[in-house]
This record gives sequence, structure tokens and C-alpha cells, in this order.
Amino acid sequence: MKLSKLLMAVSAAALLSGGAFAQDKIDVKLGVLNDRSGTYADLSGEGSVIAAQMAVEDFKAADKGINVEIVSADHQNKPDIGSSIARQWYDQDGVDVILDVPTSSVALAVADITKEKNKIFMDSGAGSSDLTGKACSPNTVHWTYDTWALANGTGSAMVKAGGDTWFFLTADYAFGHALERDTAAVVEKAGGKVLGSVRHPFPGQDFSSFLLQAQSSGAKVIGLANAGADTTNAIKQASEFGIVQGGQKLAGLLTFVTDVKALGLQTAQGLVLTEAFYWDQNEGTREFSKRFAERHGGAMPTMVHAGVYASVLHYLKAVEATKGKDATAVMAKMKEMPTDDPLFGQGEIRVDGRHVHNMYLFEVKKPEESTGDWDLYKTVATIPAAEAFRPLADGGCNLVK
Amino acid sequence: MSDEAESVGAGATLDVEPVGAEAILSDRAARGKSLHMAIFAGLAVLLLIAPFLMYPFFLMKLLCFALFASAFNLLLGYGGLLSFGHAAYFGMASYVSAHAAKVWGLSPELAILAGMVTAAGLGLLFGALAIRRQGIYFAMVTLAFAQMIYFFALQAPFTGGEDGIQGVPRGHLFGIIDLSNAMTFYYVVAVVFLLGILLIYRIIHSPFGQVLKAIRDNEPRAISLGYRADHYKLAVFVLSATLSGLAGGMKAIVVQLASLTDVYWAMSGEVVLMTLLGGMGTIFGPMVGAAIIITMQNYLASLGAWVTVAQGVVFVVAVLMFREGIVGVVSKWLKKPL
Repeated sequence: MKLSKLLMAVSAAALLSGGAFAQDKIDVKLGVLNDRSGTYADLSGEGSVIAAQMAVEDFKAADKGINVEIVSADHQNKPDIGSSIARQWYDQDGVDVILDVPTSSVALAVADITKEKNKIFMDSGAGSSDLTGKACSPNTVHWTYDTWALANGTGSAMVKAGGDTWFFLTADYAFGHALERDTAAVVEKAGGKVLGSVRHPFPGQDFSSFLLQAQSSGAKVIGLANAGADTTNAIKQASEFGIVQGGQKLAGLLTFVTDVKALGLQTAQGLVLTEAFYWDQNEGTREFSKRFAERHGGAMPTMVHAGVYASVLHYLKAVEATKGKDATAVMAKMKEMPTDDPLFGQGEIRVDGRHVHNMYLFEVKKPEESTGDWDLYKTVATIPAAEAFRPLADGGCNLVK
Repeated sequence: MSDEAESVGAGATLDVEPVGAEAILSDRAARGKSLHMAIFAGLAVLLLIAPFLMYPFFLMKLLCFALFASAFNLLLGYGGLLSFGHAAYFGMASYVSAHAAKVWGLSPELAILAGMVTAAGLGLLFGALAIRRQGIYFAMVTLAFAQMIYFFALQAPFTGGEDGIQGVPRGHLFGIIDLSNAMTFYYVVAVVFLLGILLIYRIIHSPFGQVLKAIRDNEPRAISLGYRADHYKLAVFVLSATLSGLAGGMKAIVVQLASLTDVYWAMSGEVVLMTLLGGMGTIFGPMVGAAIIITMQNYLASLGAWVTVAQGVVFVVAVLMFREGIVGVVSKWLKKPL
């Protein structure tokens, strides 16, 4: 059985006006590879496919002589399944671009394969800053966020806002350690102080003793250096202990709008977090989000969905400009052209593949402040693009000379 | 059922006159053997033409899992020991092989060997402790050890934690044969797989294998005949772990990565599922089971959550309709062990 196919731009429209356009049509195939059944299904999943479809429609690809087909698959957050699908897509199914790919281990595997096959990988869902650092590749674009940007955004902006003493609740494995290390460095650089940290087993269920330590540390900010279910469990239990009501701030270092939505405002209120996109930012984001929600069962887009939309748009622009889909030429064009879309505004793709744009520090609203189901955040600070991401020279990417 | 009847028969003749039993066994073996050899020949031909019909990378992965399931079946089907922690040997070997190939720069055959040695060492250590208990306790002890390995893999610096070891080089086999060519690599994997299966076949049909089956069917009786059951159990445990290590190491080089998936308990469960689905205690069953499960995971990937549901349905159907597994049922129809 073939992977699920959605034939996007039908050639009929172009054929009707075929006389006028004598140019050859360019066929491109986009593969959305993400988690469609597990923990990340809400923040990526089918929504990313919808976002990619919307980008193709908004670009009016068919009118411009670009025939786009979109396929999708579930990598189940397993790197070996993800890498098999990626190989098969490139080798057999003629996929030109792989999109989204949350879960860093899968993303790193796909990046390696993409480089080997000289195709294009535009990641939106994964967090590892290695994708544009040690493991960078001329074929990778990392669009939406990375752990460095989240640690930096939350760390520095919180200190500036007065949260200058920190205590970390850290998942006891490589990812948690890295997140704690990066954030602690940012906090100290900004003039804050780390009072201590405690490591909880991964995956964790009972956070009570760790939260009590955090509470008694007297730190103004409790940083949650964990992800997924660990973060939501910790937030739920922190709410039961009344930590936020007691005057301490809770900072999620890797928390998504879908996590907040699932927790509900009552539980998550006062949580501070960094994201690249929120639906209710300006006219452009609201207009897109409204159309998106209509097609996605009323759910607003996450920053991952927004990243998929924007990256497809930018890719199609580069295809149009180069009049072809040669990976090397299109990659060069994408890095040369500044990016401009309604969701992320203006930005650029750096030589290491990092897409830079503004990041935002949000605080979750109190229930009484909210006016609708999806009215969840208020903006605390904007982190300008120039400061939001790791400086080019610090990543250890071998493409940077 | 037929299996049970057969073993009772064998046991009974053993009681009366060992020499006669051997004659009967060898006679039965001779009849079974020609069929088995025909199947092996068919398998070899299938392996030879398969890459022209299907995607070689997928086939390589499938063969790694088929070997893993067959190694597991050696322990479960012929040793009667249900280990619920085989991911430990498979996964640890894949980590060690990946590390050896990437960081130490060893050639693929040495890297896989390093993985096998690790798996054998772990198998010896865990096996020696686990075989002191039986049944559910044995399964739980092996699961506990496997979870220790999982947490080790999660924490140890060289495994890369959540990200695993990525970008493992394929390198050159024996320094000459370039494995970056998918076809070349496929045939190398196919040969290793076939040799592995033949080794398992040889073990099962050796005197050692006969004693093993006797212990599986009636341990006190085997002990009363003067066999040291624990030695046999430990030996088969180590053999099974080592062959799982071979599969794991090879998989690391094929997929070019080693990750937590390989050491997670779900992998231990998956291999049990493959073995039961294909037919426990049959030579060809586990590879059929592995083929079905891996094919489902691969081709149903687009269905999302339905993959696990489909796997569950297949398992329920298998349990209801072919209790002995697919090959087990075929074997019953043919009235010959497969």
C-alpha cells in the first residue's frame, strides 16, 4: 500500500490555460513526516499536513506552473521507523522535501539521510540545536525554534523582568541536563543567580518532593527543564501546591500551546514560556489561524504548524525563482532570499540552516482574563531576531567559516 | 498439540531404551530434514531475488529483526524460557557496534563482533542469575535486568541519551567491500542472516538441542537422567543473547543509528509478539512473524494510531485462530515439524 496521498494541485486548471503558459510544469513532492499517534500528535500531526496544504493553496502553486503533491507518514517517534520512511521516500517515491519531523533523534537521523541523498529537509517540530550546530548540514533548514532559543528566551527575559533567582527541576537524562545547563548559563550571564537544582527520574510521575524543595529554595523562578508529560505533570502538581499563588513563577523551558490548552488555564495560569508564534499576535496570524482552525476541528495552529506553513511558502518561492527543484540550487536560493510571510514576519535563513525571526515570551492568562477557548497567552516580552538564536560562531557548525 | 504428543512419545521411548529412541529420532529427523533443506533452498532463492522485487533497505531491516526473533525463539521455543528482556542484548549490542564503528573507527565486521561480545557477556551475567527462577519469576527477573540496561543507555554519556548514536558509518567490510552500495550491503546482510539461521537450526538438531527440548518438556526427568539442566539453560541463554547481539549490531550498521527504541521494554514485547505470531518452537515461524510485524509497521505508518490497533487485531486473530502461530498451524497440517 502506498503512503496516504493527497493530490494537491490538480493539473486541470493549468491545462485549461495551457496555451498561454508554454513553460514546463515543475512537479514537486513534499513529505510531512511527524508524530500522528503519540505525544506530539497534537502539536504536529495532521495539523502540519493542513498547514502545508494551505501554503500550497495560498501560494497559488498551480497557477505558477508548480505541481505539488503532499504525502504524510507517522514516524511514531522512533528514529529507525523515521529513517526507513525517509529513505523510502527519497529512493522510491520521489519525495523532494521532508517537512516537520518533531523528536530530535528522528530529526537528526533524517538530516543525515537527506544530506546523503542531496534532498531538502525543513524541520519545524524538533528542538535539538545540534541540527544547526555540530550536526548541521547544507541540506537542512531548521525553521521554528530550538532548545537554545527557548532557554535563552525564557532565561534572559525572565531575569530582565525581575526573576533573578532560579531553581531547576530537571529531567535526569541528557536532554534535561543540556536544557538546564544552557538556561543556567543564560540566567547567570543576564545577572541572575541559580540557587540550586534537583533531578527527577525520567519519566516521572510524582514530583511532590522535588516541588517542595523548589518551593523551600525561595527562588523567584522555578525552571522546568523537562518536556512532554513530565512538564504537564509537574505543572499540575505545582498548581496543587499553590506554588504560583505563593509568588514563585513557573517557567516551562519546552512547553507548547497544546500543553497549556490541555492543562487548562486554572492549572497553568502564571506559567511563563517562550514560543515562536501565537495565533493571536496580529492581523496576519489571526487570519491564517482562523482559516486553519476551520479545517482542523477548531484547534488553533501551534508554532510547529506555523513553521511548516512558512517553510513550504519559502520553498515554493525558491522553486519559482530557480525554475527548477535542484536541491543545491533551491537551498542556495532559500538562503539568499530574505524570508517574508504573514506568520513570522521578515527573517532569513543563515548559512548553518537556522531560520531567524523574533521569539516571544508569553505568560499564561488567569481564567478571568481569558475571553475565549483559545485566549491563552499574554505577551510579556519580544526577543528580537538578532538576539533570539545562538550566534553563528558558537554552534560549531562546519559550514560557518 | 502435536508437539506435545511427539515429545511425550520421545520421552517415553527414552525411558525404555535410549538407543531405540535415537534411531526413531534420527529417522524422523531424516524425513524432516529433506523438507527443511528444501525450505532453506527456497529461502536462499527468495533472498537472492528479493531486492529486485522490494526495497533493499527495508529488506535488510526485516532480516535483522527476523534473526533477532529467531534467536529469541531458540530460548523460548526450544529452551522453554520466556525472557522478557531481550531488548537489552539487542539494544546494547547495537549501541556498542554503533559506537565502535563511529568513534573507534572499526570496520563493520569488528564493530558487530564487539556488539556480539557485549551481548554474550550480558547474557552470561543476567542468564546465570535469571535461570535460578522459573516461569513468571524468570520473565520478571529478565525484565528487571533489561530495564537496568535501559536506564544505563539513557544516562551513559556515550549513548547520546534521547538522541541516540546517529550517523553511524557503514564503512568497508574486511576493508575491501564497500557497504554504502545498498545491493552489496543487502547481500552481506542476507548471507549473515542465512548463516545465523543455519547455526540456530544446527543447534536445535544437535544432541545439545535434544537435551534442551527434554529439559523444556520435563525438567525433573531430564535431571533424573543425569543432565545438568542449569548448564544447558545457561548455555542456550548465552547463545540466544549472542545471536540477538548479532542482529542488533547488524541493525545499527544497516539503519546507521542506535537509539533508545532498541533497548526499551516495548522491543522485548515486540520480539515476543513476532515469535508467537509466526509460531513458537518452529524454525521458520519467527521470521514469518518478524516479516509481518515489520511490514505492518512500515506500510501502515501513514495510518498513525491505527498501526498499534492493527497489530493488536492481528495478534488477537492469531491467538484465536492459530494458537500455534502461522507456521505452527502449517506444520500441523503437514504433520511435520517446520
